[in-house]
Amino acid sequence: MVTGAPRAQSGLDRRQAVAALLRERGDLLVVAGLGSPAYDVHAAGDSDANFYLWGAMGSAALIGLGLAQAQPARNVLAITGDGEQLMGLGGLATIAIAKPKNLVIAVIDNGRFGETGMQPSHTGRGLDLAAVAAACGFTDTRVAHDLASVNALRDAVHAPAAGPRLFVVKVKAENPPRSLPPRDAVHLKNRFRARLGLPVA
Amino acid sequence: MSKRIQAAPGAEPAAAGWPDAVFRALKDARAAHMSYVPDAGHARLIELFHADRDVTVNVLTTEEEGIAIAAGAWLGGRRSVLLMQSSGVGNCINMLSLATVGRFPLLMLVTMRGEWAEFNPWQVPMGTGTAAALAAVGVRALRAETADDLVATVASAAALAYEADQQVAVLIAQRLIGAKKW
Repeated sequence: MVTGAPRAQSGLDRRQAVAALLRERGDLLVVAGLGSPAYDVHAAGDSDANFYLWGAMGSAALIGLGLAQAQPARNVLAITGDGEQLMGLGGLATIAIAKPKNLVIAVIDNGRFGETGMQPSHTGRGLDLAAVAAACGFTDTRVAHDLASVNALRDAVHAPAAGPRLFVVKVKAENPPRSLPPRDAVHLKNRFRARLGLPVA
Repeated sequence: MSKRIQAAPGAEPAAAGWPDAVFRALKDARAAHMSYVPDAGHARLIELFHADRDVTVNVLTTEEEGIAIAAGAWLGGRRSVLLMQSSGVGNCINMLSLATVGRFPLLMLVTMRGEWAEFNPWQVPMGTGTAAALAAVGVRALRAETADDLVATVASAAALAYEADQQVAVLIAQRLIGAKKW
């Protein structure tokens, strides 16, 4: 018996939502958490400025932090899932204290562990990640349930900010056809650095 | 954090300055980014990094965060170093796959517990298993027993990490730091 009954689902299509977040992305640097968020980001259009994860669960937002600190003139968007962010919950405290103004975490929240059989996650049982981030000290936290709200988040990603931001995008629990990014992390790393004009190996 | 005492108080005047020498070695290696979970043995080094305006410093809630942050910093062109004590190595194991599979430069400075005049039995299992755990996931461990050896080892490890894309942990012997005074 697990406390916290599964909550009602959002009707938002995750692929549409992620494509909307990445619309006219310009110089945006993207880190994609493992599983469905990586497939969603890849489906929206592959880019050398995307770094996809196939493991290291809990790391997406923190890779985003290191990247944002190393590239203060660029905006960094970490797109991940509720399960992945829950595993890195302490990282929200670390990011809040670091106060990067150029980092946005977008949690594509289906309330499920989608890769492992759609078991309800903590957010699916009522945990509010935006409230957690706000309590940690994130300067802007929002929850979107529809495409119009996601379009507003997209604009916010490219706007100046006072500190770290976390946006929750509530989506329908479904597994669209997989759109698989490269799995070779060395390749992904090298093309990412080359895009930034950095030496490769 | 509790204070530490030297294993042989007053006997090693050169050893007392090792954090400053390690800091210089890291600066010489162009480390411009540091993350840490505190350990008393790292206290001086942490102070030095915090006082350096050219270095970005992150305090972590758990050590594996630093593996991810260092990878992100490298993606963006910054050299990062990660400080922790040996118990923290256990927290890092799965996250180290990011560094090894991506061949991300990784430099960890690990103060050892559970091996030299340790008073706390809870520190012993992870201290005993630190080098083996790192080896099991493909991270090279270089151990330093003396202050002079430590500075040279850190310089070598920094070259291995930043120039040769290796994942390296420098294990700082508890004897070098001194047994913990309780």
